[in-house]
Amino acid sequence: MSDSPAVHYLNEQKGWKSWLLTLDHKRIGILYLYSIMAAFLLGGVFAVLIRLELLHPGQQYMEADTYNQFFTLHGAIMIFLFIIPSIPAALGNFVLPLMIGAKDVAFPRLNLLSWYIYIVGALVALYSIFAGAVDTGWTFYTPYSTESATTVVPMTLAVFILGFSSIFTGVNFIATIHKLRTPGMTWFKMPLFVWGLYATAIIQVLATPVIGITTLLLILERTMLIGIFDPAMGGDPVLFQHFFWFYSHPAVYIMILPGMGIISELISTFSHKKIFGYKAIAYSSLGIAFVSFLVWGHHMFVAGQSELAAVIFSFLTFFVGIPSGIKVFNWVATMYKGSITLQTPMWYALSFLFLFTIGGLTGIFLGTLSVDVHLHDTYFVVAHFHYVMMGGTVMAFLGGLHYWWPKMWGRMYNEKWAKISVALIFIGFNITFFSQFIMGSQGMPRRYYNYLDQYQPLHAFSTYGSWILGLGFIVMAVYLIHSLFKGKQAPKNPWESLTMEWVTNSPPIHHNFEETPKLTHEPYDYDKVLAEKN
Amino acid sequence: MDTTGTIFMPPESSTIAGEVDAAFYFIYWASIVLFAIVVGFAALFVLKYRRKKRELTSGVAHNTKLEVAWTLIPTILIVIVFVMGFKGFIKMNVIPKDALEIKVTGQKWFWTFDYPEGVNTVNELVVPVDKAVALTMSSQDVIHSFFVPNFRIKMDVLPNRYSMTWFEATRPGVYDLFCTEFCGKGHSEMIGKVRVVNDREYEEWLEEAAFGGEGMSLEDYGAKLYVSKACVTCHSIDGRIGTGPTFAKVYGHSVRLADGREVMADENYIRKSILEPASEVVAGFQSVMPTYQGILKDREIDALVAFIKSLKDKEGP
Repeated sequence: MSDSPAVHYLNEQKGWKSWLLTLDHKRIGILYLYSIMAAFLLGGVFAVLIRLELLHPGQQYMEADTYNQFFTLHGAIMIFLFIIPSIPAALGNFVLPLMIGAKDVAFPRLNLLSWYIYIVGALVALYSIFAGAVDTGWTFYTPYSTESATTVVPMTLAVFILGFSSIFTGVNFIATIHKLRTPGMTWFKMPLFVWGLYATAIIQVLATPVIGITTLLLILERTMLIGIFDPAMGGDPVLFQHFFWFYSHPAVYIMILPGMGIISELISTFSHKKIFGYKAIAYSSLGIAFVSFLVWGHHMFVAGQSELAAVIFSFLTFFVGIPSGIKVFNWVATMYKGSITLQTPMWYALSFLFLFTIGGLTGIFLGTLSVDVHLHDTYFVVAHFHYVMMGGTVMAFLGGLHYWWPKMWGRMYNEKWAKISVALIFIGFNITFFSQFIMGSQGMPRRYYNYLDQYQPLHAFSTYGSWILGLGFIVMAVYLIHSLFKGKQAPKNPWESLTMEWVTNSPPIHHNFEETPKLTHEPYDYDKVLAEKN
Repeated sequence: MDTTGTIFMPPESSTIAGEVDAAFYFIYWASIVLFAIVVGFAALFVLKYRRKKRELTSGVAHNTKLEVAWTLIPTILIVIVFVMGFKGFIKMNVIPKDALEIKVTGQKWFWTFDYPEGVNTVNELVVPVDKAVALTMSSQDVIHSFFVPNFRIKMDVLPNRYSMTWFEATRPGVYDLFCTEFCGKGHSEMIGKVRVVNDREYEEWLEEAAFGGEGMSLEDYGAKLYVSKACVTCHSIDGRIGTGPTFAKVYGHSVRLADGREVMADENYIRKSILEPASEVVAGFQSVMPTYQGILKDREIDALVAFIKSLKDKEGP
């Protein structure tokens, strides 16, 4: 039996024009997916090269300047071109309207525009790489970034442009979630991924203008010599850090909140059980979004801000930990007395639980004032945010990608190879990054081209891990591309999910649903639905 | 006091280190317990509740007691952790009145330490054991950060204001000093040492440091300064290209400058390159060297010139 309609969104119109001028949220989601995967590949290549250079102390394959450019590009590409748009703009675009039973997002033209702005931003970023790549670190700290002879202006201009893309997506999603839910879908009947996207969109709209202004001020300082951050011109370098983290800390939640939303979907679906504490999870998302604006100073405990400010920021920081912890407990409780199946997306969800818990708990070390003084700007921090960003967001993204893949393409991937890939990624990731916790707390500073001999064994271990990690992604690329051409036809609902995107065909028709779908049950009513079916 | 270090932490060598590590290990064990609970239950449920047939699942999605417990217990833990961190942080920021005051200057890519006795050193901070040492720090260029892992202290070093930190070393020894704020090409070479000595050795060292190499030949003294004043960070003596040009075969040879001129490297050229490094930059290199005006005394410059002169025929590796 095939649930693939003869005419669907992928083949309804043909030719490159039909893609580049499309207003279909699904096609725009796919355009984003291709774009961010290209960025992920580029950022990943830089990562492997960085690790290769660090295999031994001293010069291996590249000069110090090249190394500094590579770690900057790795960070900037992964953050601004991959992680921030990954879940909302690629997966969110594809599934949000489907999940709420809508035909499209509220503003389809704005949606396409946001992708074009992303592409312009990405091209400017690429230009900056070929014109003499930036070497300041993705944080662009002044006054180093004011002085650096590299292409700081194009790269920060790219960040400025990409910000608009992010804001437009946020505005679009807020309007979509408010206005386009199918009749009967009240706020507390929305899938939790939609709550995650909603909380994310609020942060995107409120915080992103600040990074825009900050990068613009930096560009003005460099091009017109207006002293804002550079003390040589009468500016204040610590002001830059305040501005930068006022965006970039909330941005961490732009990255993780939608990932948490995906995990809620996956755990409930593959446990075939009603999600535990729906409202607690939904409110936690909003709580995290709110508190995320009040904690930026925890990046600056040793930067020369007042001690009182540091103490207040430390206190508030811990209160981001609580709602995140509540979510984790809710996910575990959802599995209790479930009927658990272990398809690939669930493997990602379980990897997320393991890795994100480590990422979250190590955040407590860094929020603690006296301990952070020791750990700040060491590899401990590098390991922590990779456990949150890669162990958390990227695992959730990959889980979501494998979960919605049949819906996107109407094809299944090879389950065996998918599991080999997730196992390689999980093992490689832990080898790469757990060793960095240890060398970090032993004192190894981050952003070091060269290092003292005592850190060599752990650096080598970390580099070996990066090879396993890279292999896992190569395997993934092979079986996913294979599935596009040779994959088995996907049924409407391969996972027995209860959310609305699984009611329509795989892949869906252009207008998503043949008729406005009716809400017959809540998104996680497995108890009722399974009882009816049996 | 933990003097051997653990898998996570280097040996404790300052008065504050024990308190920092106590907070670290409190969080560490609490985290292990919480992690074991989360992952343990998740693993247990995966094993126990694997789908066998299409079982019905319960619709129970609340348990008030459980939810209060998993909100309240972490909250209590977090308040304890906050207070531990807060107390340590206040100690780190209240500088004892009788502390020995040393001025720290960070610049690309070395540290300079100025002692009240008029002595200055580069990349080596020598301090007496069991005595509070207060550091008043500033930068000549971009932001740097002063980090001694064994002491558990770190403080950013800023170009437009002074920042302060202090420590009291508890054990004699030599400890690594890192720059931990990215500052460019030589960031990872901006590594110094903190040498902790007993009072008598400290007094002797102060005298010797003030002395200025009398009794040594200029060439030998220059060889010593080459290391102690951090020339070694950027300039090799074996022909290798570093951040700066090598010292081997410079003296008496003609040097091409970035502006296209050719000059003969004589005593005056070397002296000028030390005091006004930006004025005659060698072709192929960036103008990143700071001036040593005020850091080196005349005799020290004489010694370095003599040392570089002695390398005029040195063969490369």
